[in-house]
Amino acid sequence: MEIPYTIETREDTGLTNPKLGVWLFLASEVMLFASLFSSYVLLRVGAESWPMQASIVNIPLATLNTAVLITSSVTMVMSWVSLKLNDFAKYKLYMGLTFLGGVGFLIIKSFEYAEKFQHVPPYLPSTNNFLGLYFLMTGLHAIHVIGGMVVNGYLWGPGAKMWASEPEKFTNRVEVAGLYWHFVDLVWIFLFPVLYLL
Amino acid sequence: MAHSPEDIRAHVKIYLTVFGALMVLTIVTVAISYLDLPVGQAVALALVVATLKGSLVAIFFMHLKGETPIVMWTLALTMVFLVVLFGLPLWTDSDRIVDTRPTAWAAEADKAHATTDHASEADH
Repeated sequence: MEIPYTIETREDTGLTNPKLGVWLFLASEVMLFASLFSSYVLLRVGAESWPMQASIVNIPLATLNTAVLITSSVTMVMSWVSLKLNDFAKYKLYMGLTFLGGVGFLIIKSFEYAEKFQHVPPYLPSTNNFLGLYFLMTGLHAIHVIGGMVVNGYLWGPGAKMWASEPEKFTNRVEVAGLYWHFVDLVWIFLFPVLYLL
Repeated sequence: MAHSPEDIRAHVKIYLTVFGALMVLTIVTVAISYLDLPVGQAVALALVVATLKGSLVAIFFMHLKGETPIVMWTLALTMVFLVVLFGLPLWTDSDRIVDTRPTAWAAEADKAHATTDHASEADH
């Protein structure tokens, strides 16, 4: 069944259905991550002692990952801009770069995780509350990055065929995928200081 | 929001400016962590910078600027639930985090508690 109002704006909401849908989904995502941030605050302020986070985590790698994710957010918005300007070649370039940004983020993250597991004794989620939260929160975030990459990869590859038949609908798809990708960036902006710098 | 090609081209400049601001603020966040500030100040500053960065992403990249009221209200409601989600556990657990009992009463209670403990130890 065709989803109604994918191109035309609904009068009552002032939005297309997919856009309202993604915003509602993102609202639920805010609560998902907030529950973990809330747990972090509660566990940390209630703890007798808390490990020196900076001595466990790798700040330079995390800073690099912040830059990678912010850059991929810009390339994402530029891919949407390119479609709005009818420049499909540029869209492919920017969406491709956005996908590569996700790949880069995960590679850097895997180096970070490997460093934890290779530490003697190994840093595991069971080592202490901080590491439990660190792996849970960064892991959940990484799963979100992978999810975004699946969608972005589809929109770059097979899904891009829609541009020829339904350009407006395709542009809306890219915009909605962009909202999700920027949200993933936004979550990292808060994860970075909380888990790495404080 | 208006999406004419002219508008879009104007937006590109804004996107690049925001990108620059986000990169600078990332460096600021890291720099703050090296200042060895007291925990309270460090947390406050880090959260202020993170909120600023998050707002830039939401307002410009996610186009919240000029977004429809229904999205704004959805997000406002989410923020209310967010505050409750953070506030409620901290509130119910506040006695474990900070001693919120009146000072004189707490001293009396602790003294009484210590006496009882000693008495029960003596029983054993």
